[in-house]
Amino acid sequence: MAKQFMKGNDAIIVGALAAGCRAYYGYPITPASEIAHAAALHFPALGGVFIQAESEVSAINMVYGTAGMGIRTMTASSSPGFSLKQEGLSYAAGAELPCVVVNIVRGGPGLGNIAPEQGDYFQITKGGGHGNYRLIALAPNGAQEMCDLTRKAFDLADKYRNPACIMADGITGQMMEVVDIPVPEPIPFDHSSWAADGTAATRKNLVSSIVLEPEELEEHNLKLDAKYREIVENEVLYEEYRTDDADLVVVAYGVVSRIVYSTVDQARAEGLKVGLLRPITLWPYPEKALSALAERVPAFLAVELSTGQMVEDLRLAVNGKAPVHFYGRCGGMVPGGEELLTEYRKILEGGRS
Amino acid sequence: MKVFEKSPSFYEVFERKSGPAKEATHYCPGCGHGNIHKMIAEAMDDLEITERSVFVSPVGCSVFGYYYFDCGNFQAAHGRAPAVATAVKRSNPDAIVISYQGDGDLAAIGTAETIHAANRGENITVFFVNNAIYGMTGGQMAPTTMIGQRSTTTPLGRAEQIHGNPIRMAEMLATLPAPTYIERVAVGTSKQIMKTRKAIRKALKIQKEGKGYSFVEIVSTCPTGWKMDPVAARDWLVDDMLKVFPLGVFKDESDNVDEGTWDRSFEGFVPDKVNTYLDRMKSPFDVTEELDLVKDLNCKFAGFGGQGILTLGLFLSQIGMRAGHQVSWFPAYGPEMRGGTANCSVNISRDRIGSPLVDRPNMLVVMNQPSLDAFEKDVVDGGTIIVDSTIVEGKADAKRLNVVALPASDMADEVGTTKVANVVILGAVVAATDAYEPEFVESTLRAVIKKQSLIDMNMEAFRKGYDFVKNGN
Repeated sequence: MAKQFMKGNDAIIVGALAAGCRAYYGYPITPASEIAHAAALHFPALGGVFIQAESEVSAINMVYGTAGMGIRTMTASSSPGFSLKQEGLSYAAGAELPCVVVNIVRGGPGLGNIAPEQGDYFQITKGGGHGNYRLIALAPNGAQEMCDLTRKAFDLADKYRNPACIMADGITGQMMEVVDIPVPEPIPFDHSSWAADGTAATRKNLVSSIVLEPEELEEHNLKLDAKYREIVENEVLYEEYRTDDADLVVVAYGVVSRIVYSTVDQARAEGLKVGLLRPITLWPYPEKALSALAERVPAFLAVELSTGQMVEDLRLAVNGKAPVHFYGRCGGMVPGGEELLTEYRKILEGGRS
Repeated sequence: MKVFEKSPSFYEVFERKSGPAKEATHYCPGCGHGNIHKMIAEAMDDLEITERSVFVSPVGCSVFGYYYFDCGNFQAAHGRAPAVATAVKRSNPDAIVISYQGDGDLAAIGTAETIHAANRGENITVFFVNNAIYGMTGGQMAPTTMIGQRSTTTPLGRAEQIHGNPIRMAEMLATLPAPTYIERVAVGTSKQIMKTRKAIRKALKIQKEGKGYSFVEIVSTCPTGWKMDPVAARDWLVDDMLKVFPLGVFKDESDNVDEGTWDRSFEGFVPDKVNTYLDRMKSPFDVTEELDLVKDLNCKFAGFGGQGILTLGLFLSQIGMRAGHQVSWFPAYGPEMRGGTANCSVNISRDRIGSPLVDRPNMLVVMNQPSLDAFEKDVVDGGTIIVDSTIVEGKADAKRLNVVALPASDMADEVGTTKVANVVILGAVVAATDAYEPEFVESTLRAVIKKQSLIDMNMEAFRKGYDFVKNGN
């Protein structure tokens, strides 16, 4: 298999091209701009579209346009830009348009800084824009996953006709790792029943999120809700490391899961039975797996680059069956391994005795 | 005998419309939209473009444009129709794309989208219905509301010093180089309506011929919003509005632009073509069977920007990659950037790599004094520190660490340029760790260094660093 040593941000575009994404619309923002740079180079070279839009708002609405034609399309941004895209995402979810949006999360709130953070978890996993909708949210933790999960995001978006989001951070974006370059496959979805692409075949189709009658809009919402339940049932992805006999399960995603992974064996070397559960899909959240673990695991710890967002989903999943601790850094500060080991010791010595 | 009938570009019955009256429009008596819709539909018939047309409805009274037009339809977010239209046109250049917008949509909340679609010269047609009021939301002030005009948000009338002046979009857009055709017409009198009909046709024909951006502003009536009966509304349009919004052609390059000038190509997804393209991105060497590795390398390389610190990390990473090892490279980012050092973390392992950040290196390279001061304490006991002694004056703790001091920059000068000091250091790293055979490193460098003229110099630099550690010279 062809391999290349590449940045996570570049791997996103490789995954997108392999998925058959044909149009990229974006607006520059650090630390996501490299994705646009790669798109500007590769999309036109392959006969596709790249437009640097006049705003984040325009970029997501251009995505709405191409997505409404049943053509794979994407945009990428970082936190402040992602906030601006919420209107468009709500419309795309309402109109049931498949598309992929990448958020390389940076420090907030407001302009914040350009350092890595995970403070957009609520915005990504709870809706973000107005109305009853969800984004399918995937959280890669390395360059290979930046590629593979982007590709997967396109498939999930098509399968459920819903926007999908890649939530990553500046470290995962800037980091270089070896990536197996994927082999593109034909897209197994037919959009001709709903897409409006300016051909005679789709002449009768309408792409819209307006449903004027309350009875009909309730019906539409319930239909979306049924779809979201199906996603929750079928599409949860997570990874476990040494949770079998763990006295403490640490839950972390994205770059933080890499740091926690490094500490698990170190903790075990000093007799602390620590395990890791890494959500790969943030929505749907691995609620069942965590709920099952909570039957026998005495304690949980969420580690995040935030003041405590994912921990709320962890608490809901554990549902009072075990104590749920939280350790977070934010503003661009990233916990070191020793810092985390100190937390594990505190919890296991305090909680178990 | 002329038979008048509904345009085939309209639906016979408006099934998408809610309520019982499915053969009437939702527009109020005396509203201009119905007439304008009809003229667009007839132009679509005459130009034989209906089957490939996409009509983008805005937010405003014409939000329901899709009730009527028997073509592909989009309903867009408020003000975003030109962005949606841009994408549709770019993703299918054969489509005829119509952005139909009111004054609030086009000239207030969507001003940016309007100007930039025009400025890019998108080969779309924008129909701008200017009736100087927000109709759908209950008669509020529009960007085109006239001075003195009462609305629900200007109950005392629009005042220049409070609300600004009515905005003239046709004139503004005509200052841009890209648009092909910009005209303002009206639907007040029969004569005006005939001119509007011509302008609509012309705009769509320009798009059909690939001649670029066309924009028709249509001054129209809103008896309900204006609180007038239809006749009074028509008179107010003719007598008052047109003083502020003069009719005329503001730009017309249609005779000077060749057909097809603004056609852009778009190719659908061809997996084989993408595969060939992606295959070209692969590394310039094949990854070997996994080689032995004496021990995992957790490296931090630090120095000034411009010393090739990041490249040093990339070279070592690619050597590790070729050897079939797990590799991560991460440049200093965020708060670490402070203090005048550029640095990167490189991990090489036979096992899965956890954190890409190296906070406790077993191999530290320092190419300036601040880096020695900042990172020496982080090195694990018994770890190796490699110091460019040409630049760094301080001494590392030789009791705790395996210290290799070599005048890398001087040695690089001997090779021909200080720029290869990082490769001298690479030689020292490889020799000090016994991670890879020097021949393996050399053949990897030959593959990854893009400029052929630099290869010999880099080979010499690498050997100098390697031999210095191995042989002490």
